[in-house]
Amino acid sequence: MTITADPKANGGSGYSVIGTRPIRHDGLEKVTGQARYGEDVNLPGMLFGKVLRSPHAHARIKKIDASRALALTGVEAVVTSAELVQASGKAIDLGEGAMTNPKFLSNNILAADKALYKGHAIAGVAATSPHIAEEALRLIDVEYEVLPAVLDAKEAMKPGAPILHERLANFDYIFARPGGLKDDDDQSKSSNVSLHFVFETGDIQKGFKEADVIVEREYHTKAVHQGYIEPHAATAMWNRDGKVTLWSSSQGHFTMREQTALVLGLPVSQVKAIQMEIGGGFGGKTLTYLEPVAALLSKKTGKPVKVSMSRVEVFEGTGPTSGGYINVKIGATKDGKITAAEAVLMYEAGAFPGSPVIPGSQCMFGPYNLENARVEGYDIVINTPKVAAYRAPGAPAAAFAAETAIDELAEKLGMDSLELRILNGAKEGTRRLAGPVFPRIGFLETVQAAKDHPHYNAPLEGPNRGRGVAGGFWFNAAGPAAVTASVHADGTISLVEGSPDIGGHRVAVAMHVAEVLGIPAEDVHPSIGDTDSIAFTSMTGGSGALMKTGIAAYEAAQDIKSQLIRRAGNIWDVSVDDIDMVSGVIQHKSDPELRFTFKELASMLNATGGPIVGSAGVDPKGVGVAFGVHIADVEVDPETGKTQVLRYTAVQDVGTAIHPSYVEGQIQGGAVQGIGWALNEEYVFNKEGVMANPTFLDYRMPISLDLPMIDAVLVEVPNPGHPYGLRGVGETPIVPPMAAIANAIHNAIGVRMTELPMSPGVVLEALWNKDNSH
Amino acid sequence: MTRKTHVVSNINGADVEFLCEPRQSMLEVLRDVMDLTGTKEGCNDGNCGACTISVDGTIIDSCLMLAVEAEGKKIGTIEGVATAEGLHPIQQAFLENAALQCGICTPGFIVAVKALLEKEPDADEYRVRHWLAGNLCRCTGYDKIVRAVLDAGQRMRSN
Repeated sequence: MTITADPKANGGSGYSVIGTRPIRHDGLEKVTGQARYGEDVNLPGMLFGKVLRSPHAHARIKKIDASRALALTGVEAVVTSAELVQASGKAIDLGEGAMTNPKFLSNNILAADKALYKGHAIAGVAATSPHIAEEALRLIDVEYEVLPAVLDAKEAMKPGAPILHERLANFDYIFARPGGLKDDDDQSKSSNVSLHFVFETGDIQKGFKEADVIVEREYHTKAVHQGYIEPHAATAMWNRDGKVTLWSSSQGHFTMREQTALVLGLPVSQVKAIQMEIGGGFGGKTLTYLEPVAALLSKKTGKPVKVSMSRVEVFEGTGPTSGGYINVKIGATKDGKITAAEAVLMYEAGAFPGSPVIPGSQCMFGPYNLENARVEGYDIVINTPKVAAYRAPGAPAAAFAAETAIDELAEKLGMDSLELRILNGAKEGTRRLAGPVFPRIGFLETVQAAKDHPHYNAPLEGPNRGRGVAGGFWFNAAGPAAVTASVHADGTISLVEGSPDIGGHRVAVAMHVAEVLGIPAEDVHPSIGDTDSIAFTSMTGGSGALMKTGIAAYEAAQDIKSQLIRRAGNIWDVSVDDIDMVSGVIQHKSDPELRFTFKELASMLNATGGPIVGSAGVDPKGVGVAFGVHIADVEVDPETGKTQVLRYTAVQDVGTAIHPSYVEGQIQGGAVQGIGWALNEEYVFNKEGVMANPTFLDYRMPISLDLPMIDAVLVEVPNPGHPYGLRGVGETPIVPPMAAIANAIHNAIGVRMTELPMSPGVVLEALWNKDNSH
Repeated sequence: MTRKTHVVSNINGADVEFLCEPRQSMLEVLRDVMDLTGTKEGCNDGNCGACTISVDGTIIDSCLMLAVEAEGKKIGTIEGVATAEGLHPIQQAFLENAALQCGICTPGFIVAVKALLEKEPDADEYRVRHWLAGNLCRCTGYDKIVRAVLDAGQRMRSN
């Protein structure tokens, strides 16, 4: 279902290609098994690499002795952090709000003096088979001094807590990115809080005084993993001329190139990164883990080396997102105007600074127009894996807290929950707490569409059944991107882009070119270039890949168009001012005889001045924010505490849907990840910091049988910052589900859930507590 | 060095022989020995279904099967689903219904779906969801996959 606010945006009135649903160009390879992903690299003479990982959550590394491993037949090299550049330096942007500095980056790739979490990489080994490499791991002798571990944000903030980084800078202003070390002349004692900041507007004391009703709660969430099905794998060849080639499946091969060069002490031009097909990432493949290890092993052996992770290593050694604590207090007058809102977010960063507490705080109360508000954030290091970005980093937990509190506020006011949101909703001109003023946005349209949806108005009968709604906001991002497009003699175009294609965006990139030139999308063949074949493109993240690469493709197509017009002018010997290109036809404005179809002119290029190549490098600034409202129906089994999702509708402002099938797919997939986060998923650590559930059997992601169909409703409020009105769509849909389900559970059994996941045990306990309090 | 075992099998309709170590899984041999990398590894412990193959008509996670067990068996992988004439209706339905995003789980799904629909082309939504409970997809939320399977069933019924 699509609701269009701009009559041009869909339905064929303005566009010939935008809004249609062509089959993706890379689909055939993916349904036949031909597509090559990170693990599918197989080079002549290739060695297999494995990584030794710390069995302790916190330990000093006293000594590493690899002599027994190196003596094993088939083992060719062992590497440790001693072979990485031990950098310091300022913080660098890893995308999507995840920040770190080169020292911490290097220390996470291979631990230096301390192991900071169970699963922290200690050494890499290369051997002639993966089995020999695994055997060799057991023969590397590491002497550890085991230290006490701290596994929880609140514990880590207490005086006397084990300190992870003795020189950690403890910043207390928002402009400092977490990740620094203290200056050399600063002798103060470090804490585990790398950053503490406050956003504030108006006067919250005054606001709470004006309130007739106040809701105040503390919420607790756990770390969850991105759960991509493809484990990390990286292959490297350190060539004899000192140049390094990488093959891996990340969300940004330019980022892998930069970070690998950084920790190896090479100029970026010495590293070529080849992007393999990527089997999911959701933010988790934005950090570098294996590429430098593979490169060092290749340097030592002179052979290509492929290093692969097992699923357990993915859980224990790569980024989950933060768990933590959130306090929320909201007040409103009896007629429903929110007078003040306050929140404290304590996010666990894992072993190195850089939780998504900044974007989480920027999104806190994002959909609302607030006169008086205050949001305080803490970034806290603990002895668990370093967190990586995960789909709308920081926002889902913030929305779980805010949107359940708003639901409770509506209940206390006796108002419809969506009506309360409309009354206080942000619109064009509303200033966000984090600073920026909203341009044209579609929050109110989205809430209204949810309110009008048949689902919201359908009867829901039966015991222990309930319906909940929640809103969500993500600001989206973009970054630099490049595209080149070459015209072929048969009237087709080869398009090279620099954005790893994680969910099928390349068809939509091709559609931008097809729309500009008036040709079918099938005639534009997109591919992802390596770092030597296309100019810098920032990573696929922030729901920005199609925004930035789509605009680059649009500009490259405009470049082709103007070159075609110039060429026709030369052939006809007329001024370019007299020539137009409309619907794929280059024609003289007044002489109907002077006319080429795109295909005709394409076939003549080599004989009339040479080939035509369009290109563009862009850094778009008009990124459109995106809002969602989700409606969930659930049934809670009072015997077991299990919650079943009966019906689910996800309404979202998507700007203009370029390829509606993949927009729906993003919304459905994001909603289901949110359902998993709401009901099942969590890292379970024992008191030593060992993850108790590092398999897909025990880390229970949603399976097909858990779910109903997910009705994705596209509300199209075009983004003025994109030529066709596109907004990033991938991240917003994971923001509302936890609160929507919590509110549905409340509606079903009358209990307010304040903890994630709302697994059967947690729900059952809440039911028992409710019964006991009666 | 471990002594290798000689195995005679049939993969995607062709008689093949290969050498493998007794400890090697069918998944490993398909990928690393036969270069049939369409069968994917997601977990290597039987919990994700990305490595689903058919063995004498029954689907199995190839990470849980030793390669030596392929002796005398008929093995089917994703590479054998399309024919020289073109894509299988299931593959076509996956494309037309946009039933994949990253695509890493797709081969396992298609092999599993083929085993279902060849026996039960009229499988309904619940049956499809139940059958696919062993195949994880993290991108799609399963909606478009289930629709593609129902669509493929219809195509196979009318063929």
